[in-house]
Amino acid sequence: MANNVLTPTMQKVVVRFSGDSGDGMQLTGDMFSQASGQAGLDLTTIPDFPAEIRAPQGSVGGVSSFQIQFGGTEIYTPGDEVDVLVVMNPAALKANLRFLKLGGTIVADKDSFTSRNLKKADYEENPLEDKSLDEYKVIKAPATSLTKEALKDLGLENQAMTRSKNMFALGLVTYMFGRPLDTLIKFIEKKFSKKPVLVKANKLALEAGFNFALNTEIIGTSIIIPPAKMQKGTYRNIDGNTAIAWGFLAASENSGRKLSLCSYPITPASEILHELSARRDMGAIVFQAEDEIAAVCAAIGASFSGNLSITTTSGPGLSLKSEAIGLAVISEIPLVIVNVQRAGPSTGLPTKTEQSDLNQALYGRHGDAPLVVMAASSPDDCFNYSYEAARLAMEHSTPVILLSDTYLASGTSPWRIPENGDLPDIKIKDFEGSADEWLPYIRDPEFLTRYWKGPGDKGFEHRIGGLEKQVDTGNLTYEPENHEKMTKIREEKIAKIAKKLPRQSVVGAQSGKLLVIGWGSTHGAINTAVTEMLEEGEENIGFTHFNYINPLPENTEEVFSRFDQILVCELNNGQFANYLKTKFPKFNYRKYNKIQGQPFFTSEIKAEIINTLTN
Amino acid sequence: MQTDVKDKNEALTRKDFASDQNVRWCPGCGDYMILANMQKTFAQMDHAKEDFLSVSGIGCSSRITYYLDTYGIHSIHGRAIAVATGAKLANPELNVWVSTGDGDCMAIGGNHFIHACRRNIDLNIIIFNNKIYGMTKGQSSPTTPEGTKTKTAPEGNYENTFNIGEVAIGAGATFFARVPDKDPKLMEEVMMEAYRHKGTSVIEVLQNCVIFTDGIHEQITGKDTKDDNQLVLEHGKPMVFGKDQQYGLKLEGMKLKKAPYDENDPTFLKHDAHEPDSALQLALAKLELPDFPVSMGVIRKSDKPNFDKTVHDRIATVREHSSFESVSDLFNSGNTWDIE
Repeated sequence: MANNVLTPTMQKVVVRFSGDSGDGMQLTGDMFSQASGQAGLDLTTIPDFPAEIRAPQGSVGGVSSFQIQFGGTEIYTPGDEVDVLVVMNPAALKANLRFLKLGGTIVADKDSFTSRNLKKADYEENPLEDKSLDEYKVIKAPATSLTKEALKDLGLENQAMTRSKNMFALGLVTYMFGRPLDTLIKFIEKKFSKKPVLVKANKLALEAGFNFALNTEIIGTSIIIPPAKMQKGTYRNIDGNTAIAWGFLAASENSGRKLSLCSYPITPASEILHELSARRDMGAIVFQAEDEIAAVCAAIGASFSGNLSITTTSGPGLSLKSEAIGLAVISEIPLVIVNVQRAGPSTGLPTKTEQSDLNQALYGRHGDAPLVVMAASSPDDCFNYSYEAARLAMEHSTPVILLSDTYLASGTSPWRIPENGDLPDIKIKDFEGSADEWLPYIRDPEFLTRYWKGPGDKGFEHRIGGLEKQVDTGNLTYEPENHEKMTKIREEKIAKIAKKLPRQSVVGAQSGKLLVIGWGSTHGAINTAVTEMLEEGEENIGFTHFNYINPLPENTEEVFSRFDQILVCELNNGQFANYLKTKFPKFNYRKYNKIQGQPFFTSEIKAEIINTLTN
Repeated sequence: MQTDVKDKNEALTRKDFASDQNVRWCPGCGDYMILANMQKTFAQMDHAKEDFLSVSGIGCSSRITYYLDTYGIHSIHGRAIAVATGAKLANPELNVWVSTGDGDCMAIGGNHFIHACRRNIDLNIIIFNNKIYGMTKGQSSPTTPEGTKTKTAPEGNYENTFNIGEVAIGAGATFFARVPDKDPKLMEEVMMEAYRHKGTSVIEVLQNCVIFTDGIHEQITGKDTKDDNQLVLEHGKPMVFGKDQQYGLKLEGMKLKKAPYDENDPTFLKHDAHEPDSALQLALAKLELPDFPVSMGVIRKSDKPNFDKTVHDRIATVREHSSFESVSDLFNSGNTWDIE
């Protein structure tokens, strides 16, 4: 047997729960994440569902998994390789063994390794019994039978008892990391408060798993990871889509503008629509439109009516919206377009992650049609960037495209709930003169922002629209010089926003051999890779990560000029690197691209950095 | 929360709704009459001026937004109804008028049109039906009659056509009216009826394009033929037509039948615009020359909850039962933990 990779001094651990899609692995993972957070650890999670809504039970295609990395240090990714793999049936083992580190631990429900289940997973021999898992530490737990035994007095049917075996596994893993059960029990009591029998069943199963581990000493010593140094405050776990929805709610409250969300369902953005539909209880005006075009157009109408207006979509939907986004650009009205990217083109890999809509966000409109483009970089900072997108849209009366992706949408991380004063104020500049002095296209001199007037404002009646407008008056005109002037103004207006953006910062070396560049959701993997290399003694690398893409932060060029080499890592065929080349052509940009519908692994980034440094 | 429409705070006249922009339609265009009637009726409506919103798409019809001194959005081709829907939901107090054409609304904007009718959102939609694409210079539209020569059908149009009333009522519209551009009095009545109707009001104006389809409605609207070729409907009144009101309508089997009118014969039909079952209203909307006159006036006006009110009532109800007063309540709900 290989050495056990689990050691009592570990700083961070990756656990993957997997079972049939009916086995409750997502709930198990959620509960474990919750308890990890409460234990003061930082964490990042990612679910992995079967593509089909109802794949055949017990089949490899029907395996549902949930991966979490937690630790006493900052955790930016759900982890490359798994330390502990929990498998509730043979199919889960088959589907997930490739993620497990050599020497990693397998916790298996040995009762489910029946000849029938083995056959469904295409095993000829029982892998728990032959020598095929000798490279790993295998904990064979009779989860099904002991769960049934624990629940026998509750009067439940056989199937209902079996369903609680996920709690048995959770109890076992909880013991493994030396944690008490109380937070989990509270969770169960809350979750099933309307069904007392389920509270009992889940508690009994949880305790059975915990006690099994305790009594049989099958685990050995528990691994207790000291808490991470997290900022003081109240936390919760949040996924990227919920965080985006909540950022908009906060921006609506802080700006005093009602929230209108006009969207059409599309994977992987629909959860934002779902969450805000449920937030009608907070006054959100949610409109499920007949198509993507109607959705963005309705949002434009809502913006003219004076609401904070949002439309959410994914790549194909953004394509459909492009003409209308041009209308928002020329009308100079606030609008946030969220694109939760997936792998394209066309339907592409609709459930997989990619950063390949950057070009579309930057350039995907006819005419010269600049707007603000920004990207979130973790599930929890989706909140900050949706808030910022809303703030910039309203303060500068412009459309803003916020890029997220599948990886951020479904992943979770702990989010510190903002306290009073944490969020920047939203200061929408109003015209200070009277209606007689006002013209529809006069601007605030500092940022060239057109004032946001609309129906209900007495005396300010005016028309917006797609035809070119005369400077100041907003009258229609085909005058050649006017069009050129307005085109320049629209460009300058966006460029001026850079003054408000935070300066681009660098992790690691502030100057030297290599600057590693990322943007959006790859922050976790790149940051972890660079940080680990710095800890390992590499002194010549810096890392800078972009959330603001158009405009870029003002010191971008200066940062680039401090390094000999630049490596741009992104999950597409080099779009950000190409964009940077057009902005700052004097630098050479080495590209590292992964286009597999999968996030970066830390190990891949490290290897590429070493490769760059040595070549 | 939906609030009541605020009081109109001043008397308004037609001039208050005329913008300072030069009107640039071709001389003799039917659009002038529509503009004049909109300005005239707007002044009569019980809405404050700043709460009027004109939304239009693309085409000759849609330029009207620039000529009305209201808030306005001249949007993009086919999408006026979608834009108007968002604006109305955001602020249900607004009095929203959509101006669109047969190409803008029935071709590129067809999807938004049927869904507005289905939802019954409180918008007033005026479709300028000149049966041709005017601004793009004379291509066939979904309402171009068979045989009409166009730039895209030089030998004569060969596509089947939409009857706008049939599409609207079929899609669930609660209000449909038709009016010729040459009948200002009827147009004024119809616009006021549409204004009072809570729900999607569709007005088809048979509008003359002097350049590409000049005289296309002449058989219906001409001085000598209009009495025979128009059936002007009034709710609760017998459906009679002809110079001497000598014809009426009866049912024969499942079809309408034209017959010499006898006021003592109870089998002659009276118009019921309010009947929720749209079967006969649909039949009326479909009547066409030469066997029948073309129906004018309010063909259907039926009560059904309007979407904007439903949306805001629902928000009000769930808000009342919500434990979230502020975003902070939401953020701190559920499973949280403290780090000291």
